[in-house]
Amino acid sequence: MSKLGTLGARLYDGEVSYDFVGRRKRWYAISAAILVLAIGGLLFRQLNLGIEFSGGAQFTVTAPNVSLDQARVAMAAAGHPDATVTQSGSDKIRITTQSLTNDESDKVVSTLVKSLAIPSDSVSVQLVGPTWGKEITSKALTALVVFLILVALFLSLYFEWRMAVAALVALAHDLVITIGIYALTGLEVTPATVIGLLTILGYSLYDTVVVFDKVKENTRGIASSNRMSYSQAANLALNQTLVRSINTTVIALIPVTAILIVGVAVLGASTLEDLALALFIGMASGAYSSIFVATPFLCQLKEREPAMQALSRRVESRQKTEAKAAPKTAVGGRTATAVLDRDGEDVDAGSASDETAETDPGTPGPKQPPRRNVPRSKRKGSGKR
Amino acid sequence: MASPTLQRPGRVLAVLLLIIVGLGLAAFWPGQDHSVKLGLDLRGGTEFILVPKLASGEGEVAPDQLDETVKIIRSRVDSFGVAEATVTTQGTGSGTAIVVSIPGTISNSVREALTATAKLTFRPVLAENYGSPSVTPTASPTPTASKTGSASPTGSASPTAVKSASPTPTATSSSNGRAISSALRAATATPSPKASTAPTAAPSPTPSATTKVATPLPPIQSKTNDAKLQAAFVALDCSAPGALIGGKPEDPSLYMATCSKDGQFKYLLSPAVLLGTDINSAGASLPTGGVGGWQVDLGFTSEGAKKFATATSELAKNQAPQNQFAIVLDGLVTSAPRVNEAILGGQAQITGSFTAEEAKALASTLKFGSLPVSLTVAATNQVSPTLGDDQLRAGIIAGILGLLLVMIYLLVYYRALGFIAVVSLMVAGLILYLSFIILGRTIGFTLTLAGIAGAIVSIGITADSFVVYFERIRDEVREGRSLRTAADTGWVRARRTILAADFVSFLGAVVLYFLSVGNVRGFAFTLGLTTLIDVLVAFMFTHPLVTISARSKWFSSGGRLTGVDPSRLGGKATSAPPTRQPARAGATASKEA
Repeated sequence: MSKLGTLGARLYDGEVSYDFVGRRKRWYAISAAILVLAIGGLLFRQLNLGIEFSGGAQFTVTAPNVSLDQARVAMAAAGHPDATVTQSGSDKIRITTQSLTNDESDKVVSTLVKSLAIPSDSVSVQLVGPTWGKEITSKALTALVVFLILVALFLSLYFEWRMAVAALVALAHDLVITIGIYALTGLEVTPATVIGLLTILGYSLYDTVVVFDKVKENTRGIASSNRMSYSQAANLALNQTLVRSINTTVIALIPVTAILIVGVAVLGASTLEDLALALFIGMASGAYSSIFVATPFLCQLKEREPAMQALSRRVESRQKTEAKAAPKTAVGGRTATAVLDRDGEDVDAGSASDETAETDPGTPGPKQPPRRNVPRSKRKGSGKR
Repeated sequence: MASPTLQRPGRVLAVLLLIIVGLGLAAFWPGQDHSVKLGLDLRGGTEFILVPKLASGEGEVAPDQLDETVKIIRSRVDSFGVAEATVTTQGTGSGTAIVVSIPGTISNSVREALTATAKLTFRPVLAENYGSPSVTPTASPTPTASKTGSASPTGSASPTAVKSASPTPTATSSSNGRAISSALRAATATPSPKASTAPTAAPSPTPSATTKVATPLPPIQSKTNDAKLQAAFVALDCSAPGALIGGKPEDPSLYMATCSKDGQFKYLLSPAVLLGTDINSAGASLPTGGVGGWQVDLGFTSEGAKKFATATSELAKNQAPQNQFAIVLDGLVTSAPRVNEAILGGQAQITGSFTAEEAKALASTLKFGSLPVSLTVAATNQVSPTLGDDQLRAGIIAGILGLLLVMIYLLVYYRALGFIAVVSLMVAGLILYLSFIILGRTIGFTLTLAGIAGAIVSIGITADSFVVYFERIRDEVREGRSLRTAADTGWVRARRTILAADFVSFLGAVVLYFLSVGNVRGFAFTLGLTTLIDVLVAFMFTHPLVTISARSKWFSSGGRLTGVDPSRLGGKATSAPPTRQPARAGATASKEA
């Protein structure tokens, strides 16, 4: 733990810096690979929709002493030999059939109760008409669209439109990955899964907002200085919030994992488990995308602005002259590559990862390292002490 | 908004304490239900999702139509005699669904009664009597008002024993109300004692461990007004369980015997002379001058006007009680006004010392009849009590486990600061629990499995607010600030981030809540609620407590256990700032130690 604490300090100072922004091509490639898999999964393997979406009947029998075969026989006796019978949790059996009327379902229940010799209140029944699922889906989609519009508005007002775009790109990234994993694994999609997806919306954005807030702080008034480019400032922000991002992800995933474990151990497939699984995938993806997708993408958008391009050129030339003037000092083999990336547009992502003392601003030297300065001077400006 | 430097953290804490004590008092005020209301997926029960559509198949269900539908379903559900059954609407616009939750299992006949299309018919009254042989009505039927004296033709009303139009003394004499009944009693002979045994509530086919639900009685209808029907009318006991459940299949072309809505009276009725669809307007109004109280104005379609004219000219000739027509909604008599004279113009008033609410209720009933709404069962979810118990247990275990693990993580990572975070989480949990109790009582909030999941997920979001704040404090300490200053300046920046992030989260919850149905809604509600509590706790508990702690000697000393140890954080010593190099070395040393 204390390692993380000191790492936090060095990340904050810019002494240790992971180059998230500069190596964006690498992260994009990773994301693209996963996305292609996910979309491929969606195209070639349909989502396994639960009865809430497709319509159907589901009976959950709580009976520790009943075997799956017994249940199958009972279902055949009830006139549904084609029913899907699965074990769920330690003492439950789940039986799914196509849509049934109330009378048909009553008949199934009474047959189950009789032939399995179980109390009648140990059978739970869920009947869903075929059209209802469509309504749930269309409502979820409406909610999604309304939410996205509102969030885009809020982010544009609170930050700027580029951040809104970048945040939404990261969000789409998380959603596609989560849905794709469901398609690939054939896990059942239930309303609980949809709840999980919708939470991911909030959570993924929440995560991105925290990072962007730091980016915003670090880049305030940056255009009038020549200390660091937008990408560099954003990358510093990412590093400064890295410990928080790790902590947040861990803390958010702990309860979700707890739901997953308890859900599987006690209940078998249920609302809790479906929800937790979607959350688990989505949150992990959300933490990844806020660092590796949202911010690099934001920098790409920002670096298109003439003012930011001019800034990058100024910073680059200044750092070159500085590097020539400054004595060469090795960084001392610290954990991570200490890198100052240039404008990523024309930089090969791979070459930027080399440890180059020439361009390392974290090098202790006679001059105040530029990385520390921007956030600090900004602090003094806004510090309401 | 708190000022950057919190001058009196103790005062803020005291205010929060007051809030919590207030919530506690509200939640545990003696003589009330102190439990968190559980959804049926946690305690077993049956849930129906009903989708209302206009019976004609065209057009959309208007909001007031929907309200009336919900009212009808609610009165049906209430008449089942089930405690804690709930009827709610979810979603908006054309996609609105009505969700009925009933504890326990229910039979097919109840299900059918619940979803039957409510019909409104006008039927001439043939006979009237007290609803039950054993029970003497607590209130006498409302004496009818005499002719209103207005120029327009008037159907004077005797809103007989309608709950909403409960008997009120009228200005005019009570010449008729009582007389009708007594006269009738003489005519129809006293109901025999064995009357109640005939159509009793059959036990539900599926016995339920938790609740017994009354089964609706079959409707008493006949093609002719024969002896059998009259015997059935005599035998009809409106106090029998199931007698007052609406939704009986009612054929307007048949004679029928039925009860008034509150069971105080029973009626023998002719086939319907007018259907709800013959009405084109209904409204409550106060006549100019206000004489005679509120009245209900009725407008008929041209077809309806003709039928009504014919019917009223017939009725006006008759003696009581056969000069009354019963307004039958959902198989039960809502009101049975007396007709004083033929009403020809297609416009009528029902008068009779209504209060504003009574008149509006009757008007909305009449309006509803003009556009009947049919209900389809879109989904049924019947959870057995055992499964409910299991789900509740799993939810609680998962919640406690998640909370404990998060607390351990916070303690290990943030040490003493983590302790503050842990206490903050507990305070948030306490407020959430109290809110559940209070909201369950006030707005009928029920906690479902999805709601529990929302609460568990929110542990992470709540804890994150503390993480954001603590990391900011640590940044400030690294900058070389004293802890006391860091607690303030760190807050200024963390506050903004927390608010922005929570706003997005809350926005999502609100959108979900208003646009979704079923489980998703319960989840969204809890998530939104916990987000608000998160803001409350961060602002009124965590920040003041950190401020107070930062002033303490022990915390400022920056010992290893405080969680803000400058050397461990790699910050510069707070007193004389030395050169950067030694501080760095210190940081590295502690890292390697």
